[in-house]
Amino acid sequence: MTGYIFRRVLQAIPVFFGTTFLIYFMVFAMPGDPVLALFGDKTPSPAVIEQLRQQYHLDQPFIVQYFIYIGGIFRGDLGVSFSGQPVADILARTFPVTIRLAILALLFETVAGILVGLISGLRKGKLFDASALTISLILISLPIFVIAFVAQFVFGVQLGWARTTVGPGAPIQDLVLPALVLASISFAQIVRLTRSSVIETSGLDFVRTAYSKGLSRKRIIPVHILRNSLIPVITYLATDFGVLLVGATVTEGIFNVPGVGNTLYQAIIRGEGPTVVSFVTVMVLLYLVVNLVVDLLYGLLDPRIRFVK
Amino acid sequence: MSATDATPAKSAETPLLEIKNLQVGFQTQRGMVTAVNGVNITLMPGKTLAIVGESGSGKSTTAHAIINLLPGSGRITGGEVLFEGRNIAALDEGQMEKIRGRMIGFVPQDPMSNLNPVWSVGFQVEEAIRANGIATGKQDVKKRAIQVLSEAGLSDADKRLKQFPHQFSGGMRQRVLIGMGLSSNPKLLIADEPTSALDVTVQRRILDHLEKLTRESGTALVFITHDLGLAAERAEQLVVMYKGKVVESGPSREILQNPVHPYTQRLVAAAPSLASRRIQSASKPLEDLGYEATRVTEGVDLIAAAESRVDAHAAAATAPIAIAVKDLSKVYKIRGGKGSASTLNAVDGVSFEIPRGTTMALVGESGSGKSTVAKLLLRLEDSTSGEIRIDGTDTAPLKGKSLLALRRKMQPVFQDPYGSLDPLRNIGNTIAEPLGVFNVGDKKSRRARVDELLDQVALPKSLVTRYPNELSGGQRQRVAIARALALKPEIVILDEAVSALDVLVQAQILQLLSDLQAELGLTYLFITHDLAVVRVIADNVSVMKSGRIVEAATTDEVFGNPREEYTKELLDAIPGANIPLGV
Amino acid sequence: MRSAGHFVAPLEETPIAAIDDVKVAEKPSNLWIDAWRDARRRPIFWISGGLILLVLVVALFPWIFTQTPPNDQCFLSNSNGGPDSGHPLGYTKLGCDVYSRIINGTSTSLSVGLLVIVLTTVLGVFFGAFAGFYGGWVDATLSRLGDIFFSIPYILAAVVIMSVLSQYRSIWTISLAIGLFAWPSTARVLRAEILRVKQADYITASEALGVSKLKILFRHVLPNSIAPVIAITTISLAGAIVAEATLSFLGVGLGSDVMSWGNDINRAQSDLRTNPMTLIYPSAALSITVFSFILLGEVVRDALDPKARALR
Repeated sequence: MTGYIFRRVLQAIPVFFGTTFLIYFMVFAMPGDPVLALFGDKTPSPAVIEQLRQQYHLDQPFIVQYFIYIGGIFRGDLGVSFSGQPVADILARTFPVTIRLAILALLFETVAGILVGLISGLRKGKLFDASALTISLILISLPIFVIAFVAQFVFGVQLGWARTTVGPGAPIQDLVLPALVLASISFAQIVRLTRSSVIETSGLDFVRTAYSKGLSRKRIIPVHILRNSLIPVITYLATDFGVLLVGATVTEGIFNVPGVGNTLYQAIIRGEGPTVVSFVTVMVLLYLVVNLVVDLLYGLLDPRIRFVK
Repeated sequence: MSATDATPAKSAETPLLEIKNLQVGFQTQRGMVTAVNGVNITLMPGKTLAIVGESGSGKSTTAHAIINLLPGSGRITGGEVLFEGRNIAALDEGQMEKIRGRMIGFVPQDPMSNLNPVWSVGFQVEEAIRANGIATGKQDVKKRAIQVLSEAGLSDADKRLKQFPHQFSGGMRQRVLIGMGLSSNPKLLIADEPTSALDVTVQRRILDHLEKLTRESGTALVFITHDLGLAAERAEQLVVMYKGKVVESGPSREILQNPVHPYTQRLVAAAPSLASRRIQSASKPLEDLGYEATRVTEGVDLIAAAESRVDAHAAAATAPIAIAVKDLSKVYKIRGGKGSASTLNAVDGVSFEIPRGTTMALVGESGSGKSTVAKLLLRLEDSTSGEIRIDGTDTAPLKGKSLLALRRKMQPVFQDPYGSLDPLRNIGNTIAEPLGVFNVGDKKSRRARVDELLDQVALPKSLVTRYPNELSGGQRQRVAIARALALKPEIVILDEAVSALDVLVQAQILQLLSDLQAELGLTYLFITHDLAVVRVIADNVSVMKSGRIVEAATTDEVFGNPREEYTKELLDAIPGANIPLGV
Repeated sequence: MRSAGHFVAPLEETPIAAIDDVKVAEKPSNLWIDAWRDARRRPIFWISGGLILLVLVVALFPWIFTQTPPNDQCFLSNSNGGPDSGHPLGYTKLGCDVYSRIINGTSTSLSVGLLVIVLTTVLGVFFGAFAGFYGGWVDATLSRLGDIFFSIPYILAAVVIMSVLSQYRSIWTISLAIGLFAWPSTARVLRAEILRVKQADYITASEALGVSKLKILFRHVLPNSIAPVIAITTISLAGAIVAEATLSFLGVGLGSDVMSWGNDINRAQSDLRTNPMTLIYPSAALSITVFSFILLGEVVRDALDPKARALR
């Protein structure tokens, strides 16, 4: 297992440098003045421009700029936002909210998704299965901002069950509706993935062997069918985290949840280029870390991975 | 069907298992398809019975129906399965759970897929013991699990409990499965081709062990196999199935010596394991047994084929050498854990010569390096050292045009009938591909050549517009042979070319290969793990083990007078080898 | 002489057939023929196909459906007005005809979707095919490169690119921004399939014939591994349409002069309480278009993959 962890961490290093380089390259290797480009049609004050030039060391050659920037990341210096606040400070304030929202969403999508997928897979072709498949297909087709608006309109405006905006310092129950919206698309994917995984596993030889040993269905379903079906679901959760990040940006923005996503959302809407770049970088790094953690978790779930030399 | 024929003479004892007129159907889009149709089987306590048949004969379905574990949409549509006089086909799922494991144990076919990869071996044995109430309490269950696995022949069972299936070899996994099947002391054990995925020598050891265990505990055994020799060797009673029906059943020896049904006769004639022992079937003319039909002759008689080969061999002794291999070695670098690299001598100083127009069989178990030799000969990989001469030309330095000329001279046929043809190209294009690569002839002459080749491999010309998925395994191998012959090569490398086929089809392809050799003067290198088929196709045999040739001689010498211990072991492992039959 | 226990079935009950005789159906069949036969039997194929055809016709010939210009005849007197004659879906805040805007926005979504999948397929097939087929250092290099692109969620990457390219917002740049980071999934699917296909004996047989590597790749390997790419491409098309709408919704997509459902949804969101329908209509158009492509993707995947067919 230590060998596996070591190898997996080693693999993450080139990806870390690759992704940060790529983002940096996209922004600063473009033709023209990168600083002016970041502001789009806005005209920043000369002082702000000068500050940015210093922050990104634009007087240095490109590759040097990159390494200075990477050095900053390692020291926890993520740059300064448009309004002059250190990005790290904004993160410290907004991150806990986003974590709460993300955990709620993850909880909804995995628990409900796996449960519905399992029942669907075990009752393939029945009414429950057919409805679950149809509903999940429709959910997948709805862009997240459409779901967010519909939820806001129906539950917030018409039924009045939830607040349409959350705002700073809101209690956790106000996060339920945004979390459900955020969870919806992944929920649908998890239902479909669990379902097909359960059907496939149920047909495998070792399940029949488990029955032939005299085990009951009540034991075989969790121990042999569900346990094995979870492996692809966990892998999916890792790649799905990217969707969750984008979803969080849109959802937090629409519901005005004061989290990391909302900060990015506001920066995008206002065209504050430097803040956008900083926060996208933060999210990509988060994505890398989550993928690494899930991969290690995967090693725990699947002994075949763990013991490969 | 008259069921009385199947019932043995009245006995005071009640049968342990009595299957009466069993019908099994599978629900498909086009309605119910019958897989088992009116099967009758009677098994007394402590006895052994084998069900023999080709793939699709319904033998495995019958076995699964006994413990009601039919796959997918399959279900019992008629008849009774009486276990100790109780019809278990009518039981509900809860009652059936109590029968499975405790009363009837099951050993499945493929050791690779029948253990759950995410749980330790110990966990999987222990849950069976606990479910059947054989032991309770953590320590007792563990003790029983260790006992069961040691009895199944797994050494260091206590240490191995914590290990996972992928850390076990195929043979070890099969021992675990046998241990599981017997863990709750069932009265009946159903073994569904328990060893067909294993090497012959491992197969033999495991079957010996299984026999010993069931004999000691008085467990009755239903044994499913496609190998008639294996069935006759291991079981007292034989049931021969064909297309969902029992065509013949009774005492093993009697059926083998006196097969009555034409299908059984075909099987006996075609079983390579029996043919290589030159068993003479003492069957009576069918008319005497109440059959109107005359003796069926369209089957292939491998014994006759084997005998005619001996004559041909004498003539070939003076032929020039087609393939000469000297000190051939192939070393692979394998990346070990933590960056260290080790090497594997896949082929280690191999030398042999094959005279033109003859067949040499290269025999070995998995990992012996026999397929690597084929790749080196075909120049699909380069050798580490040593020399390969084809018709006197060293092949190592060949490049470009001269390498193409070599390829034209030598063509392969591979094992997997499902992977040997491109599924998106029709048969005509597949066979014509070599002609296109070498720019042989024009469109019209190529089409004529394809027709000629189809004719040579006894397939109808109408197949040219068809695709591989419409053909059976045997037919696909015929197409693969036709493609190999398209450029009129001198040498054909047959890498396990018949190993995946049912015995009757296998015999038919062996006959075809034999005929083609006589007709076209081909030289064959016949690579196989199955010593049994060697007898009927090869003039010379080389036995490979761990990358080396341990014994090389004429086929008659190897079978009649093997010198090496390993060769003897391989010969002994041929199923049916120990059947004492009057010759 | 037979013993009492020796049972032989009467021959007339168990006639035996010739060994391995050739039995073929009336019409030839292979993967593609079978896929078509499977797909055309399913109602959802015809539903999704019909919807897509409708979307295509609307995108290509919007004037069949409406004569009202989407931008030029907006009168503030109509602001947030309800439906009236000739304007079945009412008016936006700026008094533009909602129906006309939806009809005229169709081609934008579809163009972006198509451009993106052209880009992801070209890049994905190139990277996936060479990585899977050649293996070794080629695979290591190409796959690591793919990993890097895969590690930046493509909408986030597009947000950055579109922020930098704020002066040059067009259908072309937005497609480039989405496609540049969306291709690794195509490459991964193709690579995995090629790794499977290249093991097959017919590939080795072609090598033994002396067919060149590149020819084997294009003649045998690619045709046999392209099926899952087609399924995933149909679904990516839907994903690209959503991505464009999301970027436009965030204000970093297409310029406000371009007709786009995402832009309209963005503009309508402040009227959620007063005039929700101006938000609902373009959202519905977007969702139905995406739904039809996802539905088609399902049919295509089921038809091309016998394993997926078994899950139905």
